[in-house]
Amino acid sequence: MLPDIFIKDTEHPFEKYIRENNLKNGKELSILNFGPTHPSTHGVFQNILLMDGEYILDADTTVGYIHRAFEKIAEQRTFYQITTLTDRLNYCSSPINNMCWWMTVEKALEVEVPKRAQYMRVIIMEIARITDHLICNGILGVDLGAYTPFLYVMEYRELAYEIFEEISGARLTTNMGRIGGFERDWSKAAWEKIDRFVTGFPKAWNELEKAFLRNRIFMDRTINVGAISAERAINYGFTGPNLRATGVDYDVRVAQPYSSYEDFDFEVPVGTSGDTYDRFCVRCGEVRESLKIIEQAIKNLPEGNYHADVPEYYLPPKEKVYTEMESLINHFKIVMGEYPVPVTEVYHSVEGSNGELGMYMITDGSRTPFRVHFRRPCFIYYQAFPEMIRGGLFSDAVATLSSINVIAGELDA
Amino acid sequence: MALDNSEIQRLVTEKFGDKTSGFEVVKDILTFTVTPDASKSLIQYLHEDSTLHFNFLTDLCGVHYPDNEPDKQFAVVYLLHNWFDNIRIRVKAFIPGDNPEIDSLDSLFSAANWMERETYDFYGIRFTGHPNLKRILNHDGMTVFPMRKEFPLEDQFRTDKDDRFFGREVNPNSVGRVE
Repeated sequence: MLPDIFIKDTEHPFEKYIRENNLKNGKELSILNFGPTHPSTHGVFQNILLMDGEYILDADTTVGYIHRAFEKIAEQRTFYQITTLTDRLNYCSSPINNMCWWMTVEKALEVEVPKRAQYMRVIIMEIARITDHLICNGILGVDLGAYTPFLYVMEYRELAYEIFEEISGARLTTNMGRIGGFERDWSKAAWEKIDRFVTGFPKAWNELEKAFLRNRIFMDRTINVGAISAERAINYGFTGPNLRATGVDYDVRVAQPYSSYEDFDFEVPVGTSGDTYDRFCVRCGEVRESLKIIEQAIKNLPEGNYHADVPEYYLPPKEKVYTEMESLINHFKIVMGEYPVPVTEVYHSVEGSNGELGMYMITDGSRTPFRVHFRRPCFIYYQAFPEMIRGGLFSDAVATLSSINVIAGELDA
Repeated sequence: MALDNSEIQRLVTEKFGDKTSGFEVVKDILTFTVTPDASKSLIQYLHEDSTLHFNFLTDLCGVHYPDNEPDKQFAVVYLLHNWFDNIRIRVKAFIPGDNPEIDSLDSLFSAANWMERETYDFYGIRFTGHPNLKRILNHDGMTVFPMRKEFPLEDQFRTDKDDRFFGREVNPNSVGRVE
């Protein structure tokens, strides 16, 4: 026999609603399970929809299918072991998560990062933002039936992943960086690939943009679809492109600059109506601004070191580890998490590709954090989804879901 | 006049007096503690007052302090952001371990809905007035609150990760721990 928990309260509120209200006014209502979708698309999440024909009356979102208890695991791990967890939050732009984690740790440990490393971080974060936006905008097209433009930009997504690979050795879950900077200086090949990306990508992006931006079918499918007002968006904790599409110009890069973002000249694109089309346009604008930032960072890249001089936290070079006793001990101590940690609490946020990605850490002086909390932007704004699709067509819900850029890894942490 | 930390402290203490305590700037963010009975009215005041105007609830999470005294076992941490003066504050409310309960902010910020559900899911902190307080990330049939410190993640008999082997006390003086 099944335990009690599996049999009690099996009636969903929508079922109750249908039982009580069906066929009133001649309307036959139904329930539709939208998802759990295949992991390779947007991730796994289920929406239970109450439908009147093709119109959505109400929706109930279910999340947590790939919950991996990162916050719990982080309480048992040293700082270097936690980056691998942050990779898996928003896996479309893991370098941003990695950098946010290092900046959080550096804020707690009071490590000053050299200007060059900060600029390198900016470059890699902006490339990550571009890859994320091109996935989001490309997939929006795919979900509306336009597969080809997505493939135009795929080549450059591949190149961006090659850049990540050149820098960190991994493509998707990058585990990039160290406390105080990067693990190694970027190779010549990496710089060449970045150059190739910056020169070649705008052309591919123009092609994608041209396919959609003034496309009648695309406009009909996205304008006034899944709109949300600025007040509701702020109340719902929206950040990032989804908030800016409503006309609010809040961007963490400008509001509280980190990693030398104050040195760069860029604009914050905003929309007006907060609908799917505006979200698309804001992302298009941001991609161009990101390219501008990358160009400026490459041009003005300062001389200096690629990591901070903090031997307590930064792993010694491998040659020395293999030849010197002291370096071996130092390496071992850092890997085991044996470094001075102050008793403090720190919140650091960066402009992630889909909103304000914040990390809140409480340390108690031991090897592991006492508490880590990830402020995942899409977990917070996804709760507005039922409100955004209510009253609309089912096919509009698909477009809305693609355009708000919900990444299951981040949603469920 | 732009709002600053001392001004916030003055306005808050003026209005809430001894309900708030422990004002301190920790890593650029003004942090203070509020008694749980006043938490909602304090945040409402911070949100709606025209000078303070904390319009955005950035974050809400729970923390478990097993070594605190019994009526301060859990903390709910609110992080608010004023976009007009671009200033953040962190508000903490300590609540008892045997009956962790605090007012819900759902009526003030829709964003709090899921964040409170997540906190409930992990720590079992009940938010009174919440319209739909049930588990969100974990399975509905789960009987424990997994982020509480009494649930060790790895094999608890494993000794190679014991802090004492590195010449340290285990978890001394964590932030917010009340002696």
